[in-house]
This record gives sequence, C-alpha cells and structure tokens, in this order.
Amino acid sequence: MNLPQAVNGWRPEPPAPSTPVREAIGSVLYEFRWIIADTAMLTWRMLMHYRRNPEMLLSTIFGPLMFLFLFTYVFGGAIGRSTEINYIDYLLPGVLIQNNIFTVMQTGIGLADDMQKGFVDRYRSLPMARSAVIGGRVVATTVIAFFSAIWTIGIAVVIGMRFHGGFWPGLSLPFVVALFCFGFAWISALVGVSVRDTQTASSITFFVAIPLTFLSSTFVPIETMPGWLQAFAGVNPITQVVNLSRNLAQGGPIAVYALPTFLWTVFFVFGIGSLATWRYKRIS
Amino acid sequence: MDHAIEVRNISKSYGSVVALDNVDLDVQRGSVMGLLGPNGAGKTTLVRILTTLLRPSSGSATVLGYDVVRHARHLRSYIGLAGQSAAVDDLLTGRENIHMAGRLYHMPKRQVQKRAQELLEQFDLVDAADRSVKGYSGGMRRRLDLAASLVANPPMIFLDEPTTGLDPRSRLELWDVIRNLVSEGTTVLLTTQYLEEADQLADEITVIDLGKVIAQGTADELKHQAGSEFIEITVRDVEDIRRAASVLENFAENNECDIDEEARKTSIMVQDGASIMVQVVRSLDTEDIAVANMAVRQPTLDDVFLALTGRTAEEAATESEQEQN
Amino acid sequence: MIQPAQLQDRSPLGELVSAIAVEARWIIADTAVMSWRNLLRYRRSPELLMFSTLSPVMFVLLFNYVFGGAIPTGDLNYIDYLMPGILVQTTIFSATTTGVGLAEDLQKGMVDRYRSLPMARSAVLGGRVVAETLVSLFVAFLMLGVGLIIGMRFHGGFWPGFSLPFMVAGFAFGFSWIAAFVGASVRNAEGAGSLMFFVVFPLTFLSSAFVPIESMPGWLQWFAYVNPVTNAVDFGRALSQGGPIVANAWPTALWTLGMTFVIGPVAVWRYRKV
Ligand SMILES: Nc1ncnc2c1ncn2[C@@H]1O[C@H](COP(=O)(O)OP(=O)(O)O)[C@@H](O)[C@H]1O
Ligand SMILES: [Mg+2]
Repeated sequence: MNLPQAVNGWRPEPPAPSTPVREAIGSVLYEFRWIIADTAMLTWRMLMHYRRNPEMLLSTIFGPLMFLFLFTYVFGGAIGRSTEINYIDYLLPGVLIQNNIFTVMQTGIGLADDMQKGFVDRYRSLPMARSAVIGGRVVATTVIAFFSAIWTIGIAVVIGMRFHGGFWPGLSLPFVVALFCFGFAWISALVGVSVRDTQTASSITFFVAIPLTFLSSTFVPIETMPGWLQAFAGVNPITQVVNLSRNLAQGGPIAVYALPTFLWTVFFVFGIGSLATWRYKRIS
Repeated sequence: MDHAIEVRNISKSYGSVVALDNVDLDVQRGSVMGLLGPNGAGKTTLVRILTTLLRPSSGSATVLGYDVVRHARHLRSYIGLAGQSAAVDDLLTGRENIHMAGRLYHMPKRQVQKRAQELLEQFDLVDAADRSVKGYSGGMRRRLDLAASLVANPPMIFLDEPTTGLDPRSRLELWDVIRNLVSEGTTVLLTTQYLEEADQLADEITVIDLGKVIAQGTADELKHQAGSEFIEITVRDVEDIRRAASVLENFAENNECDIDEEARKTSIMVQDGASIMVQVVRSLDTEDIAVANMAVRQPTLDDVFLALTGRTAEEAATESEQEQN
Repeated sequence: MIQPAQLQDRSPLGELVSAIAVEARWIIADTAVMSWRNLLRYRRSPELLMFSTLSPVMFVLLFNYVFGGAIPTGDLNYIDYLMPGILVQTTIFSATTTGVGLAEDLQKGMVDRYRSLPMARSAVLGGRVVAETLVSLFVAFLMLGVGLIIGMRFHGGFWPGFSLPFMVAGFAFGFSWIAAFVGASVRNAEGAGSLMFFVVFPLTFLSSAFVPIESMPGWLQWFAYVNPVTNAVDFGRALSQGGPIVANAWPTALWTLGMTFVIGPVAVWRYRKV
C-alpha cells in the first residue's frame, strides 16, 4: 500500500511485516508494547489529576478515618460483643476493602466524564491501544487504593489495632487489598462505559457498592444476620476478600479464602475487563 | 491519488433517524473542503465516520487511500481530529496536553517535546504553556485543541465546527491559524454552520441538509446558483410598496419579487445589476414613487441556502430540532 | 398590562400596617413560587428522586438486617429502636440539599436573576427550605411504610405515632436554615456539600440514633447527650414507642425554634449581602 507522506518531520511506523506468521507474532508484540506504553501515559494523566486537584483525595483520606472512628467508638461498644476478637482488629480489613472499593469506583465515574466531555472521541481517533483509556484509569485508582490502604492501616494501629498473624501475611495485606480492588475497578469501568453519564455512573456505583459491602462480613459476623442474608453474604466476593485479609492480619486459614478471592479477581480482570473494553470499542 | 477523501454512497441511521442519506464526496489533496449545514444536518456524523469513530450503515469511504472501516487502525496515524467540544484536559497544562497527544500518536519523546514547543509558538500559547488549562479562555482552549490534533503533522485534518461559541476576535484568530495550515499543504475538512466561515476558508463547499448533499462547488459557483446579483429598493412610503414591486418585477431574472413590508423593502434577482438599476430608477420616477434607499447587493451564502432549500439556515435548524422532539 | 401599585394617602399607622400586610403576602406568595420551582427539580431529575427515596429505604433495610442482630437495644426490637433515629438522620441529610442547591444557584448566577426581580428576598431561601421539608415529609412516610412492612410497630398510641413524621420534618425544617446559612456563606456547591457532610455525619452518628448511648465510651457519651439530634431522636422514640413526651418535646422544640428564628434571619442576611 502506498503510504501517505506526513507534511513534514515525523512519520508513523509502517504497518507490521508481511508473512502471516511473522505478522501475527509481530502484531501481538507490537500491540503489547503499546498497550503498556499507552496505559502508562494515561495513568500519568490521572495521577497528575490527583496531584493538581488534591481535593479528589479528601474522601480517600478522611473516609477511613471516619469509618474507623465511627465503627470503633460509636458502634464498637454494641457490635463489638458479637465478634470473637478485638473489634478494631475485626474491623480494619473490612474498612480497608470498603473504602478502597469506593476509591476504585472512581474509575467508571471518570470514564463517563471523559465520554461526556468528548475526550474519548479524541482518543479513539488516535492510533493508540484501545484498552489503555480504561486501563490508565484502572491503574491510577489502584495506585491510590494501595496508598490509601497503608494510610488506613496506620490510623488503625494508632487507635489500637494489632497484627497477630505474623510478619509476612501482615505485610502482604495492602497488596492483597490493592489486587482485589484492581479487579473491582473493571466492574466500575464497565458501568462507566455503559452509561456514559457521570451522574448515573455514580448512583449506580453507590447502589451497588453499599449493599455489596454491607451485606458481607465487613462489619459484623455473618452469623448474626438473618438466615436468608447469610446465604448471600456467604457467596459475596467481598466476604471472601475480607475474610482473607482478616486472616492475613489476625491469623487463621488463608487458602480457603485466597482461592475464591483469586478466582473472583481473575474473573473481574479478564471477564468483566474484556467486556468493558469491548463495549468501549463499540461506542458510537 | 489526488483525492484525499472519497466518500461513496454513505448512509447512517440511528434507529429511525436518518443522519446521512447516500452522501458522495470527493476532497482534493491539499484543499480545504467546507461542509456547510445547519444544526442537525449530519456534519458531525460524517466527520465521525471519516475519523473511524463510527461505522457507516452502508456505503464506503476512503481517507488518504485507507478504507475507514477496514484500515481504521493505520488510518488513525495519519489524521487529526479537533472535535466539536475541545478535548483538552483541564488539570493538565497546555504543554502536557500536547505532549500526551503526541505520545499517544506513538511519536518519540524527543520529537514530541520539540514539536510541542513549535506548536505552542505557532498558536500563540507560549505564555500560558505551563499553566493548567482550567484558566484558559474559550479561544485558547480551541487553539490548544487544534494544536494537539496537529502534533503528529497529519496530512489530513478534520475540524468540526472549530469556531462555534467563540467571540468574533477569537474566531478571526482561529481563521488565520487554519489558513496557515493550508498553506503548509495539509488537507482540511471543516464543518461549519456559518456561511461566512465557509466562504472565507474553503476552496470548495458542500452544502448538506437533513443528511443529504444538496449542492457542491466553489463559493462563487454556489453564489451563481442563487443568481448573480440583487437589486434592493426601500420605498419612503409603505403604501407605494406594491406599486414599486410591480415595476421591479418586469426587470427580474425569474419574474419574481420579494417584498418585506415592515422594512419597506422589495428586491429582485438580476444578471447585470448596474445597467438594470438605471432602468429601474427611470421607471420608478415615471410612476412617481419616492425612494428612500436603493442598492445592488452581492448574494450571500444565506441567499444560496434559501435558493437551494426554500428556507433559511436558521429555519432548517429549528426544523431538525423539532423532528427530534 | 401590569401596573405598579398606586400610592395612596393614609395615616402613618395604617400605612405601616398595610405595608407589613403587603410584605407578608408577597413573602408567602413568592415563597410558594420558589418552593414549586424547587420541587420541579425532583420531577425533572429522576436521578435526584431516586437518590432521595431509594437510598433511605436501602439504609433502613441494611441497618435492620445487617446490624440488627449485633446491636443489643434492651427491651425494644432493633427496628423499633432504629426507625426514629434513621428518620431523623435521613431528613437532616436531605435538609443539607438546601444549602448545596443554594450554593449552586449562587455559583451559577441564577440568584442574580431572582435578586433583580421585585420579589421578597427571603423567598429564595424560604422556597428551598419549604421544598426540602416537603420532600423530607414524603421520605419520612415512605421509610415508615417500609419499616412497618419489615416489622416495626407503634407502641405509643395512634396520634403520637402519626405525628412522628411531622415532628421529624419539623426538626429538619429548622436544620435547613443552618444548611441555607452554610450555602449562602460558602457559595460553592462542592465546598458547601463537603462542609455540611463533615458537620452532619458526626452529629447524626454520635447520638442515640443507631446505638444506645450507654454502649459508647465515656468521653463520647457527654457529646451524645448534649447533641440536639439525640433530643430529637429520643422525642421521636417517645412518640412511637411510648415514654415521657413533654420532657422530650421541649428541648427539640427549643432547638427547632432557635434554628429557625436565630439562624434563619442570619442566613437571609448573609444572602442579601451577596
Ligand atoms: N448518537 C446518536 N443517536 C441518535 N441520533 C443521533 C446521534 N447522533 C446524532 N444523531 C442525530 O443525527 C442527526 C445528525 O446529527 P449531527 O451529525 O450531530 O448533526 P450536525 O453535526 O450537523 O449538527 C441529528 O438529527 C441528530 O439528532
Ligand atoms: Mg455537529
């Protein structure tokens, strides 16, 4: 094919090499390289947003503070009797997960905003990797969630939380939280690319995330709930990851919760993630 | 290949709304094509199809020899798009916005930096380059958006209503920028609702209305279709207007005469304004009609639209809006 | 044709009386118009309607089923204990909309238009407050309905029970003036929103709304006891579940009147100074 000439200076790379096999391998590698590079670029964009507009971090910073305080002191006296361990020890992993689910839920709201403002048109007319627009936001919110997890653990330790599950499991806690939230961010992304409106995206987020996090072992042992709720709370992925985190911090069986958590995360990233990317590609 | 764009029988419908209806279009390399039409005519839809954002319902189109559906990926490296709303990031600086666009075109870092500086200078944004875009004026945002779409020196650029919402001064500034682009050999397709804008910038104009191409040609050719010149008479006394009109009618090219009673104006379309004017004056004099003002007027593109569709551009826009509701 | 009112000769006293009467009449009429406009927003934005109705219902269900089994509340069923508390909390939160909306209007310059009209100045604020109070009343009834379905019962007689939503809306009405004051002072919707959140959140939770105060640590108890939200919730609980009504009524009445007649005029004054 006849390559058009750029008017001056830079010219884009020519299309990949020509034998079918080489073309296939070449285009996969080429593809992969640009998925990474473009995602990094858009992650940078989002991190600059947080840097220039630190108000965006207000709820990430004060949310855990408020929740830890509220549940430890206000509800702790009443609820705390129902848990076998110290209530703050019981509570921390739940608050970690809940708060960071809200943090990564920003992914979809931001994507909807990009669409409303015509950004996505610009991106889609560029020769960049398709998944990077979503990927950049997912990675950026995950980074924030990771630091938020460390901050939350810090506050909890100040108000009396202690690790009883050993050094390495304890250390892995923020990583596990971030990994799960990375998965969850793709759900939010799917919502964002589907509704394309920030208002709607944030209400859906709210009405999904609140019940999902409350109807789990986040705040109270599920045995105290009515039977029909226990069934739901038992299969809720939030319960799996909260229990995993709790046992990492406080000791207890890990593998039983690690496996479902891992499977859910894989499903979110690859299943929901591909669906979100597919929907994004089909935007018209 | 002397056509940068070839559109063949493109149609696009959204449910029952037909946004484009069998559109054909050729754009010469290195020329400026003005896509002119009222709100809702289908301009954005065509631009979105040509920039690979939207698949046509039927028909085909090539841009720079690439099929917009089959070769979409390659094509994207060679086009620039400045959409209807400026797609610039408020929290980044002007320079960062251009830089990001360049990196997403997969240009090497060094070259992007050099090019960003060039563009900032060219678009008069150097002073504001390292401030965040939040504080930019409407005109600056548009210029930045345009700069970002030009970062890879694309040989083909699409501008969707580049001056809508700008104040007159910013509009003039942007016109200059676009003229410069053209002088560098870039092919431009620009859409506009302003008849004057197309006249000023475009080598060739395609008029579209309700998704159909209704006329095509240079500004002069289109003006010719609307008749070459107008004679306008304003009578001093409203009572005289009918009589004045019946006098004028005899000179009209198409034996038709427009009357605007409120403005006490009557006008006709003629071939050779100056010489007919003399005869008109004589006849009015013998009829004893007092004249307040008389003029020979060149047709505007508004007249063109009126001649082509039987309504003004404004009426067409309201109509399309009503259709939606 | 509209013509300005004719000036008439009157005795000074008669003039004053009629001026006040005319003024009052317009304050009421203008407030009604503004309330209407504010209520229309709910019809135009299903989003807003959903948020202000669905989320209170959701929290009733969540608190009852998730925490109900874990929070001991003495003789009362948790749902009986919870309802007055969550009613007060929800309506106070919804009252903050007043301030956020007002700040938004101020930001957009909408208020400039009202201010240029010959309407009563207090009507812009009054309209919002009245509209939000009506919405609160509606939401309170809705929540009570859901509460009754999931097992809440009145044990304090028909009339006290029936008056519960009105009492709750009345308290929220008083609170709206605080929100209006914040909105007129901050003039930035987001700022007003988060400021209000950080006031309302502790105020509603550090009270007897969700858990008995005795289960809190000592240093929190004294705050919870003086918190006006505790007064309102205890009053609501007395109305719906029986208990001393008068002893609980007067602190709530005082707070409501105080917020309306002290903070209210200050809010109007701040708004006039814009
Ligand atoms: N996504 C869409 N869904 C439904 N109708 C659409 C969509 N986009 C455009 N239209 C309709 O298609 C017609 C052409 O729109 P558009 O191309 O935006 O016009 P223009 O850019 O000339 O103002 C209009 O009637 C518009 O309402
Ligand atoms: Mg358009």
